[in-house]
Amino acid sequence: MFYKKQKSWDMSASGLKASDITPKNLFDNRRQFIARAGKSAAGLGLGLGLGSIAGGQALFANPGAAQAAIALKGKPNMAHTLKSLGEPELTSYDAATNYNNFYEFGTGKSDPVENAVDFEPTPWTVVVDGAVANPGTYDYSDLIRPHQLEERVYRFRCVEAWSMVVPWLGVSLGDVIARLEPLSNARYVAFQTLHDPERMPGQNGFGLDWPYVEGLRMDEAMNPLSLLTTGMYGETLPNQNGAPIRLVVPWKYGYKSIKSIVRISFVEDQPPTTWNITNPREYGFYSNVNPLRSHPRWSQARERRVGDGLFTAKRKTLMFNGYEKDVAALYTGMDLKKYH
Amino acid sequence: MKHTKAVVFVACLVPLAWLFWLANTPGVGGSGLGANPQEFLNRYLGQWALKFLIMAIAITPARKLFGWSGLTRYRRMIGLYAFFYVVLHVTSYVVIDQTFNWPEIWQDILKRNFITVGMVCLLALIPLAITSNNAMIRRLGGRAWRNLHKLIYAIVPLACLHFFMMRKGIQMEPLVYGAIIAALLMVRLIPRRKQQGSNPSGRPRSL
Ligand code: HEM
Repeated sequence: MFYKKQKSWDMSASGLKASDITPKNLFDNRRQFIARAGKSAAGLGLGLGLGSIAGGQALFANPGAAQAAIALKGKPNMAHTLKSLGEPELTSYDAATNYNNFYEFGTGKSDPVENAVDFEPTPWTVVVDGAVANPGTYDYSDLIRPHQLEERVYRFRCVEAWSMVVPWLGVSLGDVIARLEPLSNARYVAFQTLHDPERMPGQNGFGLDWPYVEGLRMDEAMNPLSLLTTGMYGETLPNQNGAPIRLVVPWKYGYKSIKSIVRISFVEDQPPTTWNITNPREYGFYSNVNPLRSHPRWSQARERRVGDGLFTAKRKTLMFNGYEKDVAALYTGMDLKKYH
Repeated sequence: MKHTKAVVFVACLVPLAWLFWLANTPGVGGSGLGANPQEFLNRYLGQWALKFLIMAIAITPARKLFGWSGLTRYRRMIGLYAFFYVVLHVTSYVVIDQTFNWPEIWQDILKRNFITVGMVCLLALIPLAITSNNAMIRRLGGRAWRNLHKLIYAIVPLACLHFFMMRKGIQMEPLVYGAIIAALLMVRLIPRRKQQGSNPSGRPRSL
């Protein structure tokens, strides 16, 4: 797949002069450029699926470059392409990496890209605990590596009534869970984001209870759509998008797709989730995209596709974000307004 | 003095000019307005509306605390600019955010509490804007005019509440605005000092 984002760093290709961009952009671009140069110099050791993530980074002489994205290859999942979604185009890489909600790095949309520049995502371990046969502390790449990295294009719908179309790289969460072998009393899976105010300056502020926690019912977690994600747009996850490992649950509002995961716990009871703790009336445990349930803050009937023109009307939001046929069966007989 | 008024008048347009500048500057998602220009415009204009409202209620405290009585002459202009930015903010909401989807807008006003509050602010500002000229002051009489304009003490905190409610979770920015507003309103509780002229009624004379 060819991504337009190439333009953002390859200045010669886009015909940009150095003076056309701000010094900060220049700086960031150069970082990415160094990372890419490092990658091609490193040559053979790379490009072998996820194994290249950890190995690749160790090869960089410049530690600053390690945080820049590294090319990743995933096998396109033909059930989740632009075409199968019926979407005309991907959201631009620039938009998807500069417009983020990631309160660990600040509440403004451009705070994450600015404040996560120096975040060093590796080495990174994930604690697996609770009702599971294979608990332990895993290097995040060990969770992923045994599986085929897939590229899946998903709609991404934020509760704030905007949406994107993003090519993620990841593996089925269900496959990873199966390998970890949950015990029979594991009815939910709980996830936790890194809590380290020194590395995540937004955690010095108040407003949310840190660490950020999320959870899924076991059958939701096992649904083939749930993606344990390590990359997007053909490269490793940028810091502001939840490096190095995050969840993507496309039929739920974006905040369910927890970022920078450090703990996966198998539990018997419904786990607490951050936005639900913060405001239970507005944010439920399930948080399925539902145009019929009006949210006290935003009508959920419509959404703005990021990248649409200034005067383009919002488009209609689809039930379960358009994934109804894949997930509706999970909720048969449930009152989705009550269990929102 | 005529000149300084013109300077202030033009200065108040700088936030708007900056918007046009951003819109015509390359940036993420096409322009300096960012990846979601609709949201940016609306929030930017809302923030400036609130800033102007705060400036308008800061003028009396500035005179009280620092004796800067020269600022009073700009108060009407600042207040009208506040209204101007509120109108732009609401216009951007109607035109760009909702693209004239009136049923949705109506639902928003009824159901989204923060928008209900914003609407109350807008409606309350209208009589103040209409009466911000000499002819109206004369027509209403000073006392009635002053009483009417006391509405601003309710509007500004409500506008800040609108801001606070709109943000997810508890965020710093609206609280900072709120603290500033609270401080400005508190200054009005300080009894008038003698040397600033006698005020036999004992009431605050102006806003
Ligand atoms: C005195 C009047 C008003 C003031 C001072 C004001 C100010 C503000 C401020 C400061 C914000 C937040 C900006 C941010 O988060 O950075 C905001 C948001 C907003 N206001 Fe107002 N507002 C007023 C009236 C209204 C009215 C009458 C409406 C609609 C009928 C409205 C609709 C909105 C909307 C929809 C947002 C949220 C935009 C978003 O979700 O990004 N406001 N306003």
